[in-house]
Amino acid sequence: MCLGIPGEVIEFLPDQPDLARVDVSGVRRVINVGLLDDDPPKPGEWVLIHVGFALSKIDEAEAAAALQFLEGIGQAYADELEALQASQIE
Amino acid sequence: MRFVDEFRSADKAHALAAKIAGLCEPGRQYKLMEVCGGHTHTIYKHGLEDYLPEQITLVHGPGCPVCVIPMGRVDDAMALASQPDTIMTSFGDMMRVPGSQGSFFDAKAQGTDIRMVYSPLDSLKIARQNPDKRVVFMAIGFETTTPSTAMTVLRAAAEGLDNFSIFCNHVTIIPAIKAILDSPDLRLDGFIGPGHVSTVIGCRPYEFIARDYGKPVVVAGFEPLDILQSIYMLMVQLSEGRSEVENQYTRVVPWDGNLAALTVINKVLELRPYFEWRGLGFISHSAMRVRPEYAKYDAELLFEVPGVRVADPKACQCGEVLKGVLKPWECKVFGTACTPETPIGTCMVSPEGACAAYYNFGRMNRRRVVEVSIS
Repeated sequence: MCLGIPGEVIEFLPDQPDLARVDVSGVRRVINVGLLDDDPPKPGEWVLIHVGFALSKIDEAEAAAALQFLEGIGQAYADELEALQASQIE
Repeated sequence: MRFVDEFRSADKAHALAAKIAGLCEPGRQYKLMEVCGGHTHTIYKHGLEDYLPEQITLVHGPGCPVCVIPMGRVDDAMALASQPDTIMTSFGDMMRVPGSQGSFFDAKAQGTDIRMVYSPLDSLKIARQNPDKRVVFMAIGFETTTPSTAMTVLRAAAEGLDNFSIFCNHVTIIPAIKAILDSPDLRLDGFIGPGHVSTVIGCRPYEFIARDYGKPVVVAGFEPLDILQSIYMLMVQLSEGRSEVENQYTRVVPWDGNLAALTVINKVLELRPYFEWRGLGFISHSAMRVRPEYAKYDAELLFEVPGVRVADPKACQCGEVLKGVLKPWECKVFGTACTPETPIGTCMVSPEGACAAYYNFGRMNRRRVVEVSIS
């Protein structure tokens, strides 16, 4: 829950502009990007995701570092990814 | 990989450690608190204390939101969950936190409808799919998760969804830091500020620590070198007699935070007069509740909440650990009666809790290890 997970923005959902499809470690899920309204991310850009919401934009280097950090955490990240896979935000 | 190496290089770590050691005044002891449980995790995973001179002690702070939920609130949530036609939804982290009658997992095993969700928005979906049930989201977390809860309430309101509510346990980090600064138990020299929380609140809220208490604060990232760099920045300030708020984690944390997130929080939630923290007791204005405008989404108003106060188990010393007065291994039940599999206290439940981090990485008190190796 406290983990910030990096995701690459793939596309915005056409009918719901505050929702975007992102790629997180190969898992594609929909997240809410409404909290970045002041400076919305574009497809191809990276965001840090907390409990289904993008809280900040990050660059690719930071995304790689954050991912490495998470993979090092082990079970907690595995649990979070599993939860994300089960997530069905719409 | 080349990206990550920048944050992990052992050579850089040793170079930083040497610079840190060079800044220590002879005979002076330094106590630096890392507020965030994520930092605690990095420190123990990478053995960062082993890089530091003996004069510097890292003290673990209260920044694990699961750890600070008092037993009474878990019992209250359980009472909500056991109401007829009710579905309780919760982050996975919360599922093993013990109340006086067991945890969410225990209740679920006995047939109470408690479902794990990744996001409050998943909880909203469960509400849409179950119009004949009342769906309650167990909202917990510091400012990192608070905006998500607030956005979800706004979404429920926009959809006119009437069977969704939140049991709000969101806490705010600043009053907890102030309580620790005002506590006579502990003298601290500086703070490693939380990374993700600051993404939302920015760096300004820490200014009172530097101004009124004369302690430096450096907001830090989560990589091992981020933390060493932050310790170095704190030590430079201390050696120059300065106390300022600095941001080491500029690649993620904007100085002013996330204004959209703060606006949403403020729209839906307001400060409670006081809230109980496990181990720390009641702290003024340290948690959020639903504003009257959104009362129909407030589970505390929709349901009878017992509101009982339950004393922590006598053997458990989470309070001292959360305040940084005790190291986890100094607790009477650490690693014996209290383990991650059968936690007595919350600090052993969450992977970001100080006790779980110690337990999982086998870190013990450095001085004791030195003594053992000499004898």
